Amino acid sequence: MLESIDTSLIDWSRAQFALTAMYHWLFVPLTLGLSFIVAFMETIYVKTGDEEWKRITKFWMKLFGINFAIGVSTGIILEFEFGTNWSNYSWFVGDIFGAPLAIEGIMAFFMESTFIAVMFFGWNKVSKRFHLTSTWLTAIGANLSAVWILVANAWMQDPVGTKFNPLKARNEMTSFWDVFLSETAVNKFMHTITSSFTLASIFVIGVSAWYLLKNRNVLFAKRSTVVAAVFGIIASVFTIFTGDTSARIIAREQPMKFAAIEGLYEGQTHAPLVAIGALKTDTTMIPNPRERFIFKFEIPSALSYMAFLTPNGFVAGVNDMVYGNEEQGILSYNERIERGAVAIETLKTLKLASDRGDEEAFAEAKAKFDDPQWLHDYYQYFGYGYYKDRPLSELIPNVKLNFYSFHIMVFMGLHFLILSFIALMGSLKNRWGDKKWLLWVAIITIPMPYIASQAGWIVAEVGRQPWVVYELMPTVAAVSKISPTAVQITFWIFLATFTALLVAELKILTTQIKKGPEEK
Amino acid sequence: MIKKVFNFYYNGFRTMTWGRQLWTIIILKMFIMFVILKVFFFPDLLQRDFATDEERSNHVLEQLINP
Repeated sequence: MLESIDTSLIDWSRAQFALTAMYHWLFVPLTLGLSFIVAFMETIYVKTGDEEWKRITKFWMKLFGINFAIGVSTGIILEFEFGTNWSNYSWFVGDIFGAPLAIEGIMAFFMESTFIAVMFFGWNKVSKRFHLTSTWLTAIGANLSAVWILVANAWMQDPVGTKFNPLKARNEMTSFWDVFLSETAVNKFMHTITSSFTLASIFVIGVSAWYLLKNRNVLFAKRSTVVAAVFGIIASVFTIFTGDTSARIIAREQPMKFAAIEGLYEGQTHAPLVAIGALKTDTTMIPNPRERFIFKFEIPSALSYMAFLTPNGFVAGVNDMVYGNEEQGILSYNERIERGAVAIETLKTLKLASDRGDEEAFAEAKAKFDDPQWLHDYYQYFGYGYYKDRPLSELIPNVKLNFYSFHIMVFMGLHFLILSFIALMGSLKNRWGDKKWLLWVAIITIPMPYIASQAGWIVAEVGRQPWVVYELMPTVAAVSKISPTAVQITFWIFLATFTALLVAELKILTTQIKKGPEEK
Repeated sequence: MIKKVFNFYYNGFRTMTWGRQLWTIIILKMFIMFVILKVFFFPDLLQRDFATDEERSNHVLEQLINP
């Protein structure tokens, strides 16, 4: 099957999914974060009765509304793609994806459509407290609806709480709570929403800085900055904390991804963390992948500590994963491929026995899929079986892309914390706005959290390659055999549509920002 | 009650100023997504090509066991 699939089909299908997911993610984080910032602002208004806070709330609520309206439903495109471009995958993941997405759809529709209407149409029509409650419920609802898709994504990274049904070729949920509360899912949700809060905070600080620079709506801008800076500091600290936890989970669950984000080829204890570095272009990666650094500044033992909370922790490198490391109990990829091939062969035996009514062979093969030891020894490497007689390089994610994406994300994350802190300190001393260059830094920073957020998703998704479902289903087995031309056509349609939406959003947003808040 | 809810939404939409431009974009976007893309470019292959779940299972199993 794999030989018959045009690699350009896989590449175009992946490119299309990446394009739509990345554009979708341009709209979502601002919605998640700004909804809470607006809720905090309105809470201050209700508590103080100060009309200036109402004006502040209504302005940011308007920007929230624009972003929400333009971004809404862009994620549905991804579900279209599952059914058309990734039909094997859609079937294989079964109700693991279906249930969370259905809950998300129902929850998002009822919570958001109801309470958003009260938020926008309810001023002067419902009581202050009812309106405030609606604003909070919109924020909570928007963030809760993100839970489900993140749980589904976490399962792709760490498929737990399920059992493979070999008769149906589907994964069936054995424990909802194992799926919902897996360490990967909980941490992914926390890291994603706190980074979205940071993004929204930087957006508010940056836009407010523009008003201060223009010497317009100064009180409005200063008050907005204080709320956003406090929220931004808290969110940034949580983002760093959850990012650190993510690193430990990845080091344990996806060691190849962890090696890739640090460009680590030879595993070691006391592994240093590359703080800054540049990788050389290397065309001799395979069979012995050795990408070297042009330069690097390292923090001794920090990587081991980050991964295992001890400098003695052994961090596996790319080579340890590919060629195995007996001392560390790491199976080589060739061994995993052999075991995966046995699992696929057993599934084939089961299917053929079922088709010809051979009850004995059927029972023997079926028993293996019910045997925990066999599942542990063979089925957990199922996906590797597709790489028999194929180059091992296909099992290594793009090291450079992961390395740079990870480091860009981390450096920008630190910048957001520092900027939020400076903005808060300056505001408390009533000196935020005195130094124009700082205001310019805040304005220039506005697009950075978007870049950092996209980089984070690149680490999550490209770092998991070649797997769609980690170690069980590779991208090549997940893709539908359709015409690459059809995928190319829709790729360009999406590019044009989403770009038009983005331009429309930017135009409407900048028009409203130039207009500023309502006159008193 | 139903009339009150209807009037709430109706008056809300009617008095929108900056929102009209947004609604044009939203309606256009939905049209492109659900009428053009979904209908002409994004069929659910397994739903379209097979009548029962058993047939779908067999098809995917064939794909998985013949690498």
